Amino acid sequence: MFKGDFIKNLPKIYGTYTGGFIVFIILMAIAEQAGVSAKNIGVMFVAFTVLIYALIGYLSRTIQVDAYYVAGRQVPTVFNGMATAADWMSGASFVALAGGVYFGGYTYMAFLVGWTGGYVLVATLMAPYLRKFGCYTVPDFIGTRYGGNLVRACAVFVLFIASFTYVTAQINATGTIASRALGIPFEAGVWVGLISILICSMLGGMRAVTWTQVAQYIVLIIAYLIPVFWISSNVGGGIFPHLMLGDEVARLGELEQQFGLVKNSAADMKAAGVPGGLKYISGTHSGVPEGGMAVWKYLSLAICMMVGTASLPHILMRYFTTPSVRAARKSVAWSLFFIFLLYSSAPMLATLSKLALMDPNLPTGIIGKSISEVQSIEWVQRWSEVKQVFIADFNGDGILQLNEWFMRGDVVVLATPEVAGLPFVISGLVFAGGMAAAMSTADGLVLAISNALSHDIYYKIIDPKADTAKRLLVARVLLVIIGAAGAYIASFRLTSILGSVAWAFDFAMSGLFFPLVLGVWWKRATRAGAIAGIIAGIASGTLYLLWVFPKFSVPIFGGVNTPFLGIDHLRFGLIGAPICLVVMVVVSLMTKEPSPAVQKMVDDTRIPTGKAILGKQH
Amino acid sequence: MSNKDAYWNKTKNHMIVTLVLWAFFSLVIFMFGSELNTMSFLGYPLAYYMTAQGSLLAFVIILFWTANKQEKIDEEHGFSEREDD
Repeated sequence: MFKGDFIKNLPKIYGTYTGGFIVFIILMAIAEQAGVSAKNIGVMFVAFTVLIYALIGYLSRTIQVDAYYVAGRQVPTVFNGMATAADWMSGASFVALAGGVYFGGYTYMAFLVGWTGGYVLVATLMAPYLRKFGCYTVPDFIGTRYGGNLVRACAVFVLFIASFTYVTAQINATGTIASRALGIPFEAGVWVGLISILICSMLGGMRAVTWTQVAQYIVLIIAYLIPVFWISSNVGGGIFPHLMLGDEVARLGELEQQFGLVKNSAADMKAAGVPGGLKYISGTHSGVPEGGMAVWKYLSLAICMMVGTASLPHILMRYFTTPSVRAARKSVAWSLFFIFLLYSSAPMLATLSKLALMDPNLPTGIIGKSISEVQSIEWVQRWSEVKQVFIADFNGDGILQLNEWFMRGDVVVLATPEVAGLPFVISGLVFAGGMAAAMSTADGLVLAISNALSHDIYYKIIDPKADTAKRLLVARVLLVIIGAAGAYIASFRLTSILGSVAWAFDFAMSGLFFPLVLGVWWKRATRAGAIAGIIAGIASGTLYLLWVFPKFSVPIFGGVNTPFLGIDHLRFGLIGAPICLVVMVVVSLMTKEPSPAVQKMVDDTRIPTGKAILGKQH
Repeated sequence: MSNKDAYWNKTKNHMIVTLVLWAFFSLVIFMFGSELNTMSFLGYPLAYYMTAQGSLLAFVIILFWTANKQEKIDEEHGFSEREDD
């Protein structure tokens, strides 16, 4: 079934799948009308979609090395684009992005530019050349280009740190959504999430992950866009919000003036008992903050996210699966197109959600109303119970002010459908979308880590004579171990200690960006240079993080340090990557230039035609 | 100059052009955020529009353009892959 004809039939297969999913949504809507409870609809949405992914994972099982590592290099351009988009958009993107824009406004949107602009670097500097090279993993390229086990192991080390930081957050998100939708405790949700992730990836490796990610993309994009368009027409934003919210953005500016943007003191918030993680609006929605430092903060964050994107192994490895170099280039463009569909909708959702709550002329508006009235609204009560929203009457006037309304960022995506009066079937759909987003990213990350360990450490360094069966067995065992380790850490809710998802980008850019770029673009780069660069980059970046992040710096350095040039813990890659570059160039120039054989290898990498550097089976 | 060198020179120049466009839409325009915000596009303040949608769209267009242009360079120098997706 999964041979040539399967690839030709892809549009038909996924077309049918999409149609089937829409029919399922309609059935659920009918079930809701017939009186099925909201909770059961949520359960059915999550259970149905996860079962489909598991089925795809099972059908894609394989016993071939190149199918397991690179999906047999036959994934068509557009489908690889969808798979990459699902791989890329995490549970956090799905549930938290709109919330980030809601609270952070213009300043936060540096993330949007950063998380999309990075693909231009992927397409021009990396993807086509890594595809030509024919590697199975990112460390496979570094290990072969520079030669030797040490440099390979260094690359695996950076990959491990960056991807593992990221994966615990994803498993955490999977657990949160599973526990909310299925009504089970968080710890149980984490293990349910893990089992779903493993079923999708264990039997078929990259091939299974590819075809489930395509299916997950379809679910998550439908689940994100339907509410945005529907809410928009419900609150008077027009049928096509992306082009029609100019007046609404202007209106938000007026309302901000009318209500006033007030900063609460930490002492007041503590006295009122505001639960941790809840935020309030204190900055403008569309205004640009004044001053050179504000500009630098915006640019530095965008740079870190862009360069980090181009260094993240779970993204780069998606482009190893296309049939040709040309397809790899086009596939990057399609990936960004599919990502754009969601990312350009997040600010629109944030605008609509903010307006729905702030505008006193709308029936949904709550700011400026009496607090007792607001507290009697059904959705406010429901989300207050689980400490996702909170009201603190600081000035004691009984009227809800803008700075007295607290909310968790996730609520923007999870509750706005309810606030705008959409039926519950939409909320169930949103749960399924969030689950798809979290699972698809976790799948890609767990596979990136376990593939690097099984291919680069086990096969290339420990036991190069291992046969195919043994290699794939080791790969699968490692997959389970990595997944379980991630779930184990996630179940302790240690993610607040492990820090932000942004750290994964900074780790990756500190240790991998320049070794990858210079490996293709600078023939003179040597093994010693790469080893020194990776170690110096990751070490300096990590040290700086320890120094600048208060949770680490207080126990280690005995105090809170002021960030150097505004480079805080979200931006530490700006320390690691330049140091990596300088060290790599200096050490390369000090050592003997690479042998003619290596230089020829680089020449061949740069040309789309001809044999791959690494054979089909290696 | 060999065909391979000529090909690589063209590819390098194309890479530089692409990265200049990229830097313009990702960095340069946001150096002038407050100035841009006094202008408007589709009713949105311009800097807000660019960070919410405009630059993102520009990146998508740049990527399709750059892939097509690179394919032409491949063809000119006879490095076009025959098998297609």
